[in-house]
Amino acid sequence: MSLLHLAIFSPFLMAILIPFFYKGFKSIHTGWFVLLLPILLFIYFLKFLPVTRNNEFVQESFDWIPSLGISFTAYVDGLGVLFALLISGIGSLVVLYSIFYLSKVKESLHNFYVYLLMFMGAMLGVVLSDNLVTLYMFWELTSISSFLLIAYWYDRERSRYGALKSMIITVFGGLSMFGGFLLLSIMGDTFSIRELIAQSDQLVDHPLFIGALILVLLGAFTKSAQFPFYIWLPDAMEAPTPVSAYLHSATMVKAGIYLVARLSPIFAFSSSWFWLVGGVGIFTLFWGSFNAIKQTDLKGILAFSTVSQLGLIMSLLGVGAAALHVDFLDDNIYTLATIAAVFHLINHATFKGSLFMVVGIVDHETGTRDIRKLGGLLSFMPVTFTIALIGSFSMAGLPPFNGFLSKEMFFTGMVQLLELDIFNLGTWAILFPVLAWIGSVFTFIYSMMIVFKTFTGKFQPEKLEVTPHEAPVGMLIPPMILAALVIVFGLFPNILAYSLIQPAAAAIIPSLVETGEKLHVHISFWHGINLELFMTLGVFALGALLYVTLNKWDKIYRLFPGKVTLNVLYDSALYWGEKGSSNLTKSYMTGFIRTYLVYIFVFFSGILAFTMFSKDAFKMETSNLASIGLYEIALVVLIIASIITILVAKSRLTAIIALGAVGYTVSLFFVIFRAPDLALTQLVIETVSVALFLLCFYHLPKLSRHEERMSFKLGNAVISLSVGIIVTLIAIASHSNKLFDPISQYYIENTYEKAAGKNMVNVILVDFRGFDTLFEICVLGIAALGIFGMIKLRLERGRANENK
Amino acid sequence: MEILMSIVIGILFSSAVYLMLSKSLLRIIIGTGLLSHGAHLLLITMGGLKTGTVPLLGEHAKSYVDPLPQALILTAIVISFGVTAFFLVMAYRAYQEIGTDNMDQMRGNEAND
Repeated sequence: MSLLHLAIFSPFLMAILIPFFYKGFKSIHTGWFVLLLPILLFIYFLKFLPVTRNNEFVQESFDWIPSLGISFTAYVDGLGVLFALLISGIGSLVVLYSIFYLSKVKESLHNFYVYLLMFMGAMLGVVLSDNLVTLYMFWELTSISSFLLIAYWYDRERSRYGALKSMIITVFGGLSMFGGFLLLSIMGDTFSIRELIAQSDQLVDHPLFIGALILVLLGAFTKSAQFPFYIWLPDAMEAPTPVSAYLHSATMVKAGIYLVARLSPIFAFSSSWFWLVGGVGIFTLFWGSFNAIKQTDLKGILAFSTVSQLGLIMSLLGVGAAALHVDFLDDNIYTLATIAAVFHLINHATFKGSLFMVVGIVDHETGTRDIRKLGGLLSFMPVTFTIALIGSFSMAGLPPFNGFLSKEMFFTGMVQLLELDIFNLGTWAILFPVLAWIGSVFTFIYSMMIVFKTFTGKFQPEKLEVTPHEAPVGMLIPPMILAALVIVFGLFPNILAYSLIQPAAAAIIPSLVETGEKLHVHISFWHGINLELFMTLGVFALGALLYVTLNKWDKIYRLFPGKVTLNVLYDSALYWGEKGSSNLTKSYMTGFIRTYLVYIFVFFSGILAFTMFSKDAFKMETSNLASIGLYEIALVVLIIASIITILVAKSRLTAIIALGAVGYTVSLFFVIFRAPDLALTQLVIETVSVALFLLCFYHLPKLSRHEERMSFKLGNAVISLSVGIIVTLIAIASHSNKLFDPISQYYIENTYEKAAGKNMVNVILVDFRGFDTLFEICVLGIAALGIFGMIKLRLERGRANENK
Repeated sequence: MEILMSIVIGILFSSAVYLMLSKSLLRIIIGTGLLSHGAHLLLITMGGLKTGTVPLLGEHAKSYVDPLPQALILTAIVISFGVTAFFLVMAYRAYQEIGTDNMDQMRGNEAND
């Protein structure tokens, strides 16, 4: 247990203390106690920068379940520290923001901060774990704490729906990912990511490789809201806005990105990886931005924009994988995609965090997030407007903000695919820049919508519940810090380049670390007149034109029938899943004993017949049979006659007496088969049984039901005949297959010598195998007590109800 | 003889299963009675029939029949008697309380459906 482990676990420890703070210090907002922790963590993780900058790493380990090779190995490299800084940094700002956003009086703050801290700890665990099992554990903890946070206002129907949806989808992905991890550990015989990376060149040819790849990607795509799993993210917007800002823009949705980046060294050599990650990413980019425009809720727009931006990062990571295939080129330009991915990851966290906070402020100060009701807030909220402007322009990719730079790098990465001739790219390669460009146009449009539909235009005071005014300063500080970062990173990208981006990119493509010098060159090279610049200008021009004419063409969204959306698919899948399984269960669980007996007997005779046939076990050996005498034939006739009587008897009495006749015949069989003790017992017990039968059923008052003969049912007859035939065949076959002599010779020799008795059966019952007898006595005792209880304990219905 | 007994056992099993699939509670219990008879006869038949004299040492015979299956059957008879007695009283009580012995009418609480 090192200081690093303590840092990862500290949010969990803090979460334990939160309820005490909440109860003990009623007058102070609980958030102030929480705030210290992420700030301390941020400072602590800054300490790692000098280490990771030289592409070195820190590793601390302690054993969890050593016998299974599961340890908690914390591992800090460029990628890990980048995410850790994002989590703790934005975490601090979000906590500060939530102090002013959530009311001390109305909200149950202790729940909120416990969940939030749980989430923070889990997220730190995800990004700093080297062991796959630990990573999975923290991964599911983020799912659970996110579920709790989305349903924070659990009395709202929509919150519960959104929470359940995100839970189902992310846990589905999480379990798939765990399957992928297990396959990886089978292939590489280790749970350590670093050890797996070290043997990545052998893993590619393993037959399980492609399965592991798909399963791991399922986990990453569901968590990072890629197509078609993005549907949970817009519904997760029911969470309080600080949660949306933290989880659903800056951190949790990037866990999938992290996973893809982290496992790139293992999988990236495969062309499936390139196609899946790049293709799904670029399509998500397009689809998310296309759908964002039709939203009317500000958080809905931001949710789809998050989906779209995550698609952008994902596609860059996919394209970055191409870098591994062209290392013969002197000028390895494709690593640029990976660098752009990391850069945009940081940028997105900053501007999307600030935009969510802005939306929260607007919601908080006007009472609505509907853009149809908002407008003209510029004069009331100048500061909020400025922040929104910076965030949106950065998202749209306008200079001089950081989004501009990463968008340029994104275009560069996509355009360069055209020059690549691997993976049969050929004509398909053109799709990447085209989709990227169209997606960017839509991004531009919705970014403008967020700012201008909210803050400019006509002010509609009649539609607002409260009079709008500027937010308290505490709520403005966190988005201001983020907006400042947007500008700083935009103007001076190189402060990030060497400290964060280059080590992170080196962690994603470690095989190119030796060419690290080139990574430096590309990051500092950030202006020039080229194709990408013209693409960006085209985005601005077309985007502006389309934004102005939005009312004329937004009818195309109505062309899509509402019934074929993915949400409808999800809802009906759930509905039909429940209904189908309910119907299935009802179809075979009828409640009739007879039905279940039919299942049992059919299965019994079926499986035995199958086994007998498939093993060819039928055999009839006639050499060791006993002779048949006259008595035996008479008894057989008698027993069959009694059985027929039972079957056709009209009255109960006849059936009971015929059953008695069967019992007495059996005891006569025991006489013939030289079993005097059995004959005696059978005789007595049959007498008592018949008496009991008569007591129970003959002396009952006649009910209105008239007694009748059992009606013949063909189905029952077939089943019972097959059971009987199977039993007969097995009896004959097994009698013809005696493999060993019986052990009875021992009993015959030793009954007198060792046990001092002459009746072998009795000596076996009480001496050799006395334990059977002991528990058989127990059975009788229990039966007697049970019968006594059933007869004596009679809680009449009326009295039982009174006693309640 | 063993083959003949096997057939008798098969008939016992068939009729037991046929009775157990019927609606009347009494017939089901009669069916279990027949089933246990069939099982006991199966046990003794599989031990080998008439291979010697009764398993009493005082007989001074050359060979005895196998005593082990007899001990097993004796235990089984007693246990099946205990269970049958319990079932019978349970059926009797059910008959008294519910007023029917038709299994189709004993389907738990209809309100649960």
